[in-house]
Amino acid sequence: MVAQHITDAVPVVERTARLAASGVTVGYGGRIVIDDLDVAIPPGVMTTIIGPNGCGKSTLLRTLSRLLKPTSGTVVLDGDDIAKLRTRDVAKKLGLLPQAPVAPEGLTVADLVARGRHPHQSWLRQWSSDDASVVERALAMTGVSDLADRPVDSLSGGQRQRVWISMTLAQGTDLLLLDEPTTYLDLAHAVDVLDLVDDLHESGCTVVMVLHDLNLATRYSDNLIVMREGSILAQGHPRDVITAELLQEAFGLRAQVIDDPVGDRPLIVPIGRTHVNLVTQKGS
Amino acid sequence: MNGTDVKQTVAPGVRLGQVSFVWRPWVAGVTLLLAAATFLVFCLSISVGDFPIGLPNVIATIFGRGEQVDQFVIMDLRMPRALAGLVVGIALGVSGAITQSIARNPLASPDILGITGGASAVAVFLVTVSGGTAAAITDSVGVSAAALAGGLATGMLVYFLAWRRGIDGFRLILIGISVSAVMEAITTWLLVSADIRDVARAQAWLVGSLDNRSWNEVWVALWCSLVLLVVVTGAAFQFKPMHFGDEVAAGLGVRYGRVRAVLLLCAVLLAGVAVSAAGPVPFVALVAPQVAMRLTRSPTPPMVASGLVGSLLLTGADLTARTALPVSLPVGVVTAAIGGPFLVYLLVRANLR
Repeated sequence: MVAQHITDAVPVVERTARLAASGVTVGYGGRIVIDDLDVAIPPGVMTTIIGPNGCGKSTLLRTLSRLLKPTSGTVVLDGDDIAKLRTRDVAKKLGLLPQAPVAPEGLTVADLVARGRHPHQSWLRQWSSDDASVVERALAMTGVSDLADRPVDSLSGGQRQRVWISMTLAQGTDLLLLDEPTTYLDLAHAVDVLDLVDDLHESGCTVVMVLHDLNLATRYSDNLIVMREGSILAQGHPRDVITAELLQEAFGLRAQVIDDPVGDRPLIVPIGRTHVNLVTQKGS
Repeated sequence: MNGTDVKQTVAPGVRLGQVSFVWRPWVAGVTLLLAAATFLVFCLSISVGDFPIGLPNVIATIFGRGEQVDQFVIMDLRMPRALAGLVVGIALGVSGAITQSIARNPLASPDILGITGGASAVAVFLVTVSGGTAAAITDSVGVSAAALAGGLATGMLVYFLAWRRGIDGFRLILIGISVSAVMEAITTWLLVSADIRDVARAQAWLVGSLDNRSWNEVWVALWCSLVLLVVVTGAAFQFKPMHFGDEVAAGLGVRYGRVRAVLLLCAVLLAGVAVSAAGPVPFVALVAPQVAMRLTRSPTPPMVASGLVGSLLLTGADLTARTALPVSLPVGVVTAAIGGPFLVYLLVRANLR
């Protein structure tokens, strides 16, 4: 059940999934995290995986990117079984940004982003003018050209995340998998980073990410995958998927879903226990 | 800044036929200087002795245009020692650069990962325990080769104990320290319970020394190191993204498990070759990569520069031990005495900046 609300710009013939998992079971040392799961990632769309902690969202993303090998089932990338492809060939098609990556102290932004060219290089051909121009473009697109000479560890969290996304971009793939790109960022920087991801999507990338913040996920994605206990509970456009009942079922969260006053998406208002007065709200 | 500056943001590339690489003038300059300094100290170490030979004569002889007398003193008497210093220094420096990069921790040197400890325990066992198996092993393969095997076995043991769905730097270091402690305990126990004459021989082996190297020992160390360095050079390119962790490396198309296993094996073998050629010379593998990083201003230990610094440190220490000090000391005593303060100086200077 692929989402119906695919961006209109995508021609019908290309609407087959770029990346799909069928019947995958994944586990760590005997404990099964994902059990017999099917999913298809529609092309040209921002897809976000949400779900409670420990539901297997990151595991699913890592399985789709071949970081984890499923015990059964297959992941198909552009028609090929991903397990049978060479690691390098996967890296030429699919860019992956793991959760909270760390750069060596003192490494400059330009050098980090340049490393994104690795899949296209070889022992003899370690740097070409192509590489230079792609890296320049990646730096410019993510707005970090001015920081190119600065050490990555001297940057703020938001800038650092931009730099990592820039490295993934320099890889030159139009399929980006981002594992919680907004972790450790305050709301303003999270919005900033997601705007950047949306720019990449607008420029033609297929994006799959894991997010914790439900309202940001609702605002920024066209296709939500809601997971619980290793399986998919619902998938589709946020307008169709996000309901009070679903939030209760997936997260055990009591919430009201209202119209977003600044957008055309639903807005989740968690209820919780204190300072709630459903008739009139006092305080902040 | 404006668009005209954009071209300078990325390091320029250099192209030689099919080969292209990033051009970093500072790194290249420092590495070249280090190579020149290493060659100079190497020649100095040959030049100095009971029968001093001028530097020009040394260089002429090395390139096969020396006089007969010099030829004998240099090639037969002094070259093995100097070459051993060069090779052992490079092996230790590169080995340290690899282990520190893999563990992403400057503490992870072959000294700490059990290689030196294991080699020492085996060597001391063979020297102090007479008769039976020990004598048989000493006679058939020699102390050096047995020590090499002991170092390798201990290194492998540490690696396998530390392996848990991949290698974690901290776990590797903790297990290395634990295993090293056990090996040191065994060594101490052997020394305490051994005959006093054997203890003196064992002690001499334990501090690390370049005295009385034969051409045979040096050739073995040289060829083994050369082969290993070729493998390291081959694998180094795939290792580059691994400085960012396994997951980023995998995302960039690197089969990190294989690359790491190959490089770690090379590091263990290089350290083993060094230990079997010169004994467990302390501190070179720990300090050389750190010094090289600071001299080349690299964020990660540079392989070539680390090897050169290791060699410079070891040969320089040997030269100092033979000439500047009133008593002739084993090189291992001096490497720690020079290397330690120099690293502290570099760290303090970084703090003051």
